[in-house]
Amino acid sequence: MSDLIEMKAVDAESVGLRAANMVDDENGRVKKALYSDPAIFEEEMDLVFNKTWVFVGHESEVPEAGSFKTAYIGRHPVILSRDRKMNIHVLQNRCRHRGATVCEGRKGKTKAFTCPYHGWGYGLDGSLRALPKPEEYDGVFDKNEMPLESLRWESYQGMVFATFNNEIEPLEQFLGGAKKWIDLFMKQGGGYPVKVLGEHRFNFPGNWKIQLENTTDAYHFPIVHKSFVTSLDEATADIFDFLDGEGFVEDLGNGHSVMVMIPQLVDLEADLDQPIPERFAELAQALRDEGKSEDEVKKLVRAAHGTGFNLNLFPNVSCSMAFFRVLRPVSVGETEIQHVALGGEGAPAAFNQKRMRLHEHFQGPMGFGTPDDGEAWERVQKGAMAGTDGWILVNRGMSKLRTSVDGNPQGAVCSETGMRGAYRQYKKVMSANSGTKAGE
Amino acid sequence: MKSNTQLLAQVTEFIGYEADLLDHKGYQEWLSLWTEKGLYIVPTDLNETDYLGTLNLALDDADMRRMRVARLENGESVSANSVGYTVRMMSRVRILEAGDDLVIARCAMTLNELRHGKLVTYPANVEYTLKPTGEGFKLEQKVVKLLHADGFLRTVSFIF
Repeated sequence: MSDLIEMKAVDAESVGLRAANMVDDENGRVKKALYSDPAIFEEEMDLVFNKTWVFVGHESEVPEAGSFKTAYIGRHPVILSRDRKMNIHVLQNRCRHRGATVCEGRKGKTKAFTCPYHGWGYGLDGSLRALPKPEEYDGVFDKNEMPLESLRWESYQGMVFATFNNEIEPLEQFLGGAKKWIDLFMKQGGGYPVKVLGEHRFNFPGNWKIQLENTTDAYHFPIVHKSFVTSLDEATADIFDFLDGEGFVEDLGNGHSVMVMIPQLVDLEADLDQPIPERFAELAQALRDEGKSEDEVKKLVRAAHGTGFNLNLFPNVSCSMAFFRVLRPVSVGETEIQHVALGGEGAPAAFNQKRMRLHEHFQGPMGFGTPDDGEAWERVQKGAMAGTDGWILVNRGMSKLRTSVDGNPQGAVCSETGMRGAYRQYKKVMSANSGTKAGE
Repeated sequence: MKSNTQLLAQVTEFIGYEADLLDHKGYQEWLSLWTEKGLYIVPTDLNETDYLGTLNLALDDADMRRMRVARLENGESVSANSVGYTVRMMSRVRILEAGDDLVIARCAMTLNELRHGKLVTYPANVEYTLKPTGEGFKLEQKVVKLLHADGFLRTVSFIF
């Protein structure tokens, strides 16, 4: 009997290692079971999502004292809140008494989080303020001992990440080479601080890693998004014809990567002396009508359409051209995705409206792009069930790597360099805590 | 003002006609139902009324409607090609405003979609702003308020 129990324990411990060994780093391929094995999914929730920095929101989503938004770290419901002193908190959304969530809804403003079950009331900082008939806890515990549980969080450029892992490196160290690209991404406020304008939400019947890969996959764009490109004016369609251009994918380390599709749109504050293209004339005029100087009009017009790159941050967020893509694993075969629209805080109405209209054009469940992505991902999940074993290839462009100016591996824009970087990090975290290193 | 019964019958007939066009993919005819300035809107926030100033699932002017229809018809969209059928039920039609220039009506919709063998249901309140013309009503605005607009939807490759 004791042997059996011991064997079971060893077996459970080795799931992470088994998953890690399904990443064949040398040949650039991963076992398709990584998309479909429920035991591996369970282990990912612990070894990936409970152990690393996970994006939970942008500071602009909690703009005022009393603002909150709900989010998830893996499967854990959490609250991002701002207290009366304007301090930010990331709290587990679970009453300390009997475990009910204390906050529902996407976002809002409140004076307190009150548990609906027995009326325990918590402040925006998570402290337990009041509860009905407290005298029955005399000598049992003190209120100060029962705040909502706080998580460690850090932010970079307003992007808030939280973690269950108190031992993890500081966020900025984890972001590493990605920081430079976050800085560039945030220039699309057009001189105004970047602000969340709203979000689209949808789900697809497939594994979260299929979405993780997609944001660093330029190869699919002209195929899957042909109908989107057809709907564009000729000049814009030419810009999106980037597979033969000078773009690249660069592995930034720690699972992060950047895919530059449109090199001339890497730095939105460069080339501001260029004339405004004809297709942006209407927006430019609307900005002039709002009293903006010609220099500011040029800056805003250039920023309005977003950057020319996707920055993929392991494991759950991407700064994707003009928006945040946030993924949430629900089960081994289901993933929820948010497409978060961005604009400028205090920016001209015409600028923010233009950005929202562009977001609606491609993103979200009714955009001209997302439904086709969703179809492809659904088919990957379905196809991955064919055969008892098999590989998913992420080896595109492997033999043609060069070294970037920052000293990172860099491949062609339609290479799978970013996916390999993400899977290398996946292999590392899945083989951690299991006693031996993967591959040994 | 016309008698309410007559107006209700006309509005109900129009709503049924539009629903039938969309279920049977009569998209070109559907495009012709609109005024040039008309807006087709699917909001993300059911309490929002400033549609231009907020993010919607769809906010289509005439250009976007034409492009949306082209996407569904031109065979380039893999998701549009795998759409099976939709069947929508329109009921509970009520006239909210009956002006000479504009008629505003609201109704309930239950849209069922069959895709990849799976049945998905979309309940919604739909608000129509209709412009009476010599050739019957034209759509000045249509707002589809999906019951789960702020939840996680499956992707949509048809027109509500």
